[in-house]
Amino acid sequence: MNQFQYVRPTKAQAAIEAVAKDPNARFIAGGTNLVDLMKRGITAPQKLVDINRLPLKQIEHQGSSLRLGALALNSVVANDTQVRERHPLLALALNAGASPQLRNMATVGGNMLQRTRCTYFYDLSMPCNKRQPGTGCGALEGINRMHAIFGHSEQCIAVHPSDMSVALVALDATVQVSGPRGSRSIPFADLHRLPGTTPERDTNLEPGELITAVDVPDSPFTKHVHYQKVRERASYAFALVSAAVALDIENGIIKAARLALGGVAHKPWRLTAAEQVLVGQPATEETFRRVAAVAMQGAKAFKHNEYKLRLAPNALIQALKTAAAA
Amino acid sequence: MATNHDPDLPAPHDEHRRNFLKQSSLLTALALVPSAVVEAAESKLDERVAEAIEKIPLSLKINGKKHKLKVEPRTTLLDLLREDLHLTGTKKGCDYGQCGACTVHVDGLRVNSCLSFAVMHDGQEITTIEGLASGDDLHPMQEAFVKHDGFQCGYCTPGQIMSAVACVREGHAGSEAEIREYMSGNICRCGAYANIVAAIQDVKSGGKKV
Amino acid sequence: MDIEPTFSKTNPTAGVVGQPMSRVDGWAKVTGRATYSAEYSGLPGLVHAVLKTSDVAHGRVQSIDVSAAQRAPGVLAIFTHQNLPKLAKTPNSPDDRKAFVSSPMGFFPMESDQIFYAGQPVAVVVADTLERAQYAASLLKVSIVPEATISSYLDPKAQLYTPKTVKGMPGVTKRGDAQEAFAGAPVQLTATYTHATIHHNPMEPGATTAHWEGPNRLTVYDSTQGVSETQKTLAAMLGLATEQVRVVCKFIGGGFGCKAWVWPHTTLAALVAKAVGRPVKLVLTRPQQFTSMGHREEQAQTLRLGATREGKLLALIHDKSSTTSPWDDYAETNTRITNMLYALPAFEGTYHLAHANVMTSTATRAPGDMPGAFALESSMDDLAYQLGLDPIQIRLLNYADKDPSNGHPWSSKSLKQCYQRGAELFGWNQRNPKNGQTRAGKTLVGWGMATASYPVHNSQGNARVRLYADGHAVVQAGATDLGTGTYTVMTQVAADSLGLPPENIRFELGDTDLPSTQWSGGSTAAGRVSSSVYLAAQDVWQRLIKVAVQDNKSPLYRAKIEDVMVVKGQLLFRTDPDTGEAFGEVMKRAGMSDIEGSALGRYGSSYEAPRAAANADPNKKDHASEHSMHAFGAHFCEVHVDPELGTVRVTKWVSVIAGGRILNPKTARSQVMGGSIFGIGAALMETTERDPHLARYTNADLAGYHIPVNADIPDMTVEFIDEHDPYVNAMGVKGIGEISIVGTSAAVANAVFHATGRRLRSLPMTPDKVLAAMREPV
Repeated sequence: MNQFQYVRPTKAQAAIEAVAKDPNARFIAGGTNLVDLMKRGITAPQKLVDINRLPLKQIEHQGSSLRLGALALNSVVANDTQVRERHPLLALALNAGASPQLRNMATVGGNMLQRTRCTYFYDLSMPCNKRQPGTGCGALEGINRMHAIFGHSEQCIAVHPSDMSVALVALDATVQVSGPRGSRSIPFADLHRLPGTTPERDTNLEPGELITAVDVPDSPFTKHVHYQKVRERASYAFALVSAAVALDIENGIIKAARLALGGVAHKPWRLTAAEQVLVGQPATEETFRRVAAVAMQGAKAFKHNEYKLRLAPNALIQALKTAAAA
Repeated sequence: MATNHDPDLPAPHDEHRRNFLKQSSLLTALALVPSAVVEAAESKLDERVAEAIEKIPLSLKINGKKHKLKVEPRTTLLDLLREDLHLTGTKKGCDYGQCGACTVHVDGLRVNSCLSFAVMHDGQEITTIEGLASGDDLHPMQEAFVKHDGFQCGYCTPGQIMSAVACVREGHAGSEAEIREYMSGNICRCGAYANIVAAIQDVKSGGKKV
Repeated sequence: MDIEPTFSKTNPTAGVVGQPMSRVDGWAKVTGRATYSAEYSGLPGLVHAVLKTSDVAHGRVQSIDVSAAQRAPGVLAIFTHQNLPKLAKTPNSPDDRKAFVSSPMGFFPMESDQIFYAGQPVAVVVADTLERAQYAASLLKVSIVPEATISSYLDPKAQLYTPKTVKGMPGVTKRGDAQEAFAGAPVQLTATYTHATIHHNPMEPGATTAHWEGPNRLTVYDSTQGVSETQKTLAAMLGLATEQVRVVCKFIGGGFGCKAWVWPHTTLAALVAKAVGRPVKLVLTRPQQFTSMGHREEQAQTLRLGATREGKLLALIHDKSSTTSPWDDYAETNTRITNMLYALPAFEGTYHLAHANVMTSTATRAPGDMPGAFALESSMDDLAYQLGLDPIQIRLLNYADKDPSNGHPWSSKSLKQCYQRGAELFGWNQRNPKNGQTRAGKTLVGWGMATASYPVHNSQGNARVRLYADGHAVVQAGATDLGTGTYTVMTQVAADSLGLPPENIRFELGDTDLPSTQWSGGSTAAGRVSSSVYLAAQDVWQRLIKVAVQDNKSPLYRAKIEDVMVVKGQLLFRTDPDTGEAFGEVMKRAGMSDIEGSALGRYGSSYEAPRAAANADPNKKDHASEHSMHAFGAHFCEVHVDPELGTVRVTKWVSVIAGGRILNPKTARSQVMGGSIFGIGAALMETTERDPHLARYTNADLAGYHIPVNADIPDMTVEFIDEHDPYVNAMGVKGIGEISIVGTSAAVANAVFHATGRRLRSLPMTPDKVLAAMREPV
């Protein structure tokens, strides 16, 4: 790993300025992904701006939403009483991710900004448009068992690995951002990008922009929720496919629904069309099967990940059933 | 197989051949595109940065003892412990946060010390396996690991024990299933899992301060 | 001596052997005080070496630009093929290779510009700190001109051939006319089984600290399963006398076969340490571990099984295809177990290999027997279902009362008891004979079982006992404790052999300055080292008896040596056990503070061959070599299969093993559980995938390569059948390290079949494969 300059500002503005004016500077919080990327030489910042001393750890209810500070640890959020009561889906998703140790390091902001785990991205000697634009996509004709079935491009078929983000996109969260040109809010669904012709860009954040918090709006989704994660071992593995489901059910009829899939696309994959189909329908397996078919429209698989075309709807159906029965 | 490339090597599948050629030309291209690290070095940025900063001061309390250190920012907490302070009880199994052998407590939280730069912990309190026992008296979790044979080769063991202590303190040792889930961030290739669970249950029900 | 001493004769009553004693090295391991090979931090001037490896799987190094790396701070030296010091003898020369005890492949990197596999070392950077060495290595610009790459035996360009020999076994084995017998069999089963590339992935990666204490004096702290083999091989490569190399390995973080050899990184560490004149530490990164210490090769096995309508086997034809390196004809010997496990009148086994751009595969826990048993035990399960027989019944029907591969009687075999006890513990008689019938909520539940077996290989080694007059002893053998309990069980054996409490014994291992013994591999260490220790203690007694009978103050004065026996440290008349004295008395009067004995212990069919040790009996008839020696066992497994998600979880496990004398049931149980988990991993999740075009591993770390975690593993039941084998060695011990994995993957696959009605013949059984199988008709 290269030498780098290390600074530890205590004010957000100083941190933002430090990164905004230096294209080779990066924020670091938990470090669980960035340190890994630096060790492998995938990224080589000249300056790290440690934001851990910024006052961004709060979890508090404000107005009609729960604000999660960007530096709140994944483990703290998952165990927080307000989170568990108001947004149990988020707690489930967080606890399905990584390991207890990593959840004690990873922050809310860092989790959503983690980069893909595509092995072609991680191996410097493999072609990868995301890591080195123009070199090609090794996964396209390589080993692509873990890769995307939605929203991929010829340039990139990687998936976003975060579990937390799948819950947050389903729960209509909003990301609060501060940057050199002031603050703004980004709907969670617009934070991450599809690869298109610029797979090197994971998100719509501008240089120097710092995530300060995530707001999760109050919702009726406090009971009928489930996060179904399918992985190759029982714990401590990235999802092959995951499904986040939040339902509002009254007298057996679905009043509102939020659905998202993980492990299927370059971003957490919200299923708005499928949600529409659920509204007004009885919470039955028959309904869920119809909805799953809608959810899978437009999916396209590659040589080794065709199984996801069956696994994703099955996971969604199981999540719907479990959520409805909760 | 011939040790030298045979230009007449049959290519039974044209499709494959085409792929190979495409891939091999990619490789040639790759060799010409320098990696991020090489790029940085060539712009001499790195040398300027290195001159400007070198080692920076760091205060840590490790196993109850205060340390005033000077470290390179790129030194991980794990390498600081193992290479600089010779606290080799904390192990390096993967170096990428994928095995848990490097688990230590930072301000009471179990973390992977390999994924953290030491400088980020200025002023914090670190506990490693060497700091768990008080003098010659083993910590109850250490005793239980011996009693229940919670290890074989012993290489993942310090990480398992640090994780197990945290698992109990966090309140995640309520059931066998919960222990298994909350101990899944520590890989044991020898396969001592059932014994590790037994050791944790023993400590949990043993009533000693953990 | 008249009687060949055996432990069961001299220790008829129970001591600490066979007791579940806690590990004597437990304290060191739970406190972090145990020192592994990369942890000799106190060496003066220690510096760090880092490997730079090839991105390309086949080609030639065109250039290595070292300029940026050389400018980097702290760099002491950079070695490439152009300036690496030459080896005295190299694996690249077939003649030289004969001098090596333990070189795993016919290739040594960095001796030329040739690149044969991705991950092959192309440079070594030495710097004063680890960070600086790593950084400098990342600055090397290596240009390689790529050549056509063959990724595996499945590559369309690969050419399969049958080698003359595979690990000393013929490439083709024929017993009877299997082709004809198969053709005439009323029941015929043909199936192909595939097995992914598996990596050992011990938690401690390969690590070497090399310290030249003089121009011809090298000490190497190496993570190795055999210090003696490493010593001899390194000495030959470096042009030193064996005694000029000392190898130390007090603690090793797992091995499983990959640390049984001297791989290039160890030799490179020694070479560069000499060149820079400082002690050098070289530790493989986890990704480098995948391309530095071998693997279990990916393979396909086609089994053609012929049987009568009643289920009696008539013929087995076993073909194995697998990948080997460009230089070696290496394959696991899968046909060893398929040729011997059942009463089988006709057998034919053939190996098919293809050279590809990959390093040579190597011994991996139960090499050959593990994948061989997966194929055979899956086929036996198929046969049982096809004929409507219980899986245990079909195995009893074909029970081999002698070894069918060579006609020898078994030295001991308690397999029937293993089936019976395993079935009891598991509740097998509650099994629904039909598959796909049992549900638990959304999951399908299935039960499966399989037979396990592993041979007792020949091996031998020395031990030394120094007994002090004050009742303490130091016992030594240059063995390795892989976590298997060697420190502990040898302490127990020494304690009983000397009649002392175990806390009075210090057992030392892991150093070539100690009596030499063979590696810990092939499940040989427990039987061999314990026999050596036991016989060395007998040597002490023989020497002490000679002192006593010449001492006119001893009650044994002028007794014949053969009339004196030693019971729990008391020297007594055989005919009058009330007369005698404690060893300490004899020693005190003789002014001896301590006395030493040593012995050569043997394990396996050479146990009774004429030996060099002082206690040999040249007239004794050699019964051992007339017997076939194996441990046997059975594994039982319950799985829950989610047919919609394709996930398989093992929910119950029983292993019953007959492995001769069990020295310590606590450590033995752990070892068997560990082997089973290794097998469960191979069955359900472990695979290393090479890119089909680039022949590079695409998942070479512990997030990409899945080893079972705690949540994957249920509580496990392990029992041992009490077995007394007089032929295997002086202690009656058979190894258990490897039998613990044999049959495990089949037990899981058979349970999946019982749960779902679908036969999965491709390991690992990941969700994608289970989902595909669920779409097939039952």
